[in-house]
Amino acid sequence: METKELSYLSAILEAEKEEMARDPSVVLIGEDIALYSASGALGELDPKRTWNAPISELGFSGMAIGAAITGLRPIVDLTIASFLYLACDQIINQAAKLRFMTGGQVRVPVVFRMSMWHGSSNAAQHSDRPYPMLMNVPGLKVIAPATPSDMKGMLKSAIRDDDPVVVFEDNDLWARKEAVPSDPDFLVPLGKAAVRREGSDVTIVSVAGCLLHALPAAEQLAKEGISAEIVDVRSLVPLDRATILASVAKTGRLVIADYAHRTAGAAAEIAASVAEEAFGLLKAPIQRVTTPDVQIPFSPKLERPLYPNKEKIVAAVRKVLS
Amino acid sequence: MILQADWRREAYRRMLSIRRFEEALPKRIAAGEILGSVHSSVGQEATLVGACMALRDDDYITGTHRSHGHPIAKGAMLAPLMAELMGRVTGVCKGRGGSMHLADTSVGIIGESAIVGGGIPLATGAGLSALVRGTDQVSLAFFGDGAANQGAFHECLNMAAIWKLPVIFLCENNLYAVTTPACSAHAQPDIAKRAVGYDIPGVIVDGQVLDEVYEATCAAVERARRGEGPSLIEAKTYRFDEHAIGILSTAHYRTAEEVEHYRRERDPLALYRARLQEAGHEEADLAEIECAVERLVGEAVEFARKSPHPDPASVYDYLYSNPIDCTN
Repeated sequence: METKELSYLSAILEAEKEEMARDPSVVLIGEDIALYSASGALGELDPKRTWNAPISELGFSGMAIGAAITGLRPIVDLTIASFLYLACDQIINQAAKLRFMTGGQVRVPVVFRMSMWHGSSNAAQHSDRPYPMLMNVPGLKVIAPATPSDMKGMLKSAIRDDDPVVVFEDNDLWARKEAVPSDPDFLVPLGKAAVRREGSDVTIVSVAGCLLHALPAAEQLAKEGISAEIVDVRSLVPLDRATILASVAKTGRLVIADYAHRTAGAAAEIAASVAEEAFGLLKAPIQRVTTPDVQIPFSPKLERPLYPNKEKIVAAVRKVLS
Repeated sequence: MILQADWRREAYRRMLSIRRFEEALPKRIAAGEILGSVHSSVGQEATLVGACMALRDDDYITGTHRSHGHPIAKGAMLAPLMAELMGRVTGVCKGRGGSMHLADTSVGIIGESAIVGGGIPLATGAGLSALVRGTDQVSLAFFGDGAANQGAFHECLNMAAIWKLPVIFLCENNLYAVTTPACSAHAQPDIAKRAVGYDIPGVIVDGQVLDEVYEATCAAVERARRGEGPSLIEAKTYRFDEHAIGILSTAHYRTAEEVEHYRRERDPLALYRARLQEAGHEEADLAEIECAVERLVGEAVEFARKSPHPDPASVYDYLYSNPIDCTN
């Protein structure tokens, strides 16, 4: 299999470029996207394939939905996850509901992409990780890939999917590089978690960029004789409960690392699912490693300690083993 | 497609169909066969039909919670609409949408939004889609006076204007947003004047006179098809019934005299019937149309009442185009 060294960020552009070359109905809409087409990063494109929008997130997100219903496959770039809220009425009340409300008459093949800018001193209105809110909306698919290969393969799957897919890109991962398959039909399916490291003593479920901390945590634990299995969810809706439950069946102990705020985060849903389905298999209560329920402050000294990290994951593992 | 010679008859037939369809509903509601909020289009027929007669079958429209008139105006069959109101599986949305969401894609409707202003971005996007795909389709967004104050209205007029999208923004200004009079909600009560802010044409028409609405829409459609961009049309119209059937009574926010005036002097059906007679249509011909509509509405009610309800086990159907396991 031919591969190319790509960063997470480059993998996004590569996926868009390939899908736009493959299917003329794929179009881009968002703010400042003229940068990408002008730089050539998206290949040679007819100007009608990219729409550099004014600051009108609600309007252009809704336009993308209307265009999706009528024959296009738009990718909406919302830039930063905290701007999602402006578009939420169209995403939640229209994109997620129209197929259902029309009894299947329409389909909505639209992708909404945005990056999560946490940990970069951009303060509360630029640092949200809102994926849990959208997990609660039937009719959407929600993904948070954590590696360049998954980013490319899942974004391609999302573009080819006939349903609205919301893609959360973790900015911690942008610079991460790995060998990514070059095949333009390399796809990673939505709804499948990935076991990144096999283990037998504890399951660490990792959401989005928490993988950056879960992997070194497992390394450190291994030195202490603790064998940690890491399950990278990759996809939040559909959520691969089967893979998570199979891992918990093996280890009996569960730690979930999730960048979102603690209350009603992705970790809460995963914990509830496992407690309901696998209570008898658990040897200890489930532990969540999450960002506390507080706004993200500007001062780096205040911000940095808030997020999940290697030390907190290791501490949580020790707790479930004690 | 309707032949040119017959289009006035067809316009009258569609207006009458809306009127008789809406008039059949209170009895069905009283019988407990139609539940939920039902918003009547009685009084606004000329605005709906005048606009839709200017569109082709393959042109798109979006509508509002006051959704019954749009599909009928665009030529939809009545029986699936009535069945949808009764929540039957034979309904146009298989019982999933109901009164506020009578979207019939077979006549080009891509959504009837209960979120005020929610259809405007969808229609604008359909216009973008036509432009990208290189067809000469146009897209028309119906919305009320209330929606003209939503941010999405402004965002979409602006984007449609800068990108010259083939969109017609048609405001059904029935002078009240639920109980709030337009004059107290709009700094500029002539909504068409907002077009100046987006450098697009804005015209006001008498929404009770079908020909006025029709001609203004034709002009906007031709402009859009020529690639010259969007237009804003404000049809001053009037809602004869309450905002929703059974919710409020007139005394609280508008006078009985005002309603009576519109019913007596400004009924779009009476005005158009007179127009047709002036143009030489025979009384017998008009009576024939009226009979046929009565029959069709009656048949629609019977069809709906005899139709089965959806199976609760099918509730997850239509949630996704590429289904996933939703039974968490």
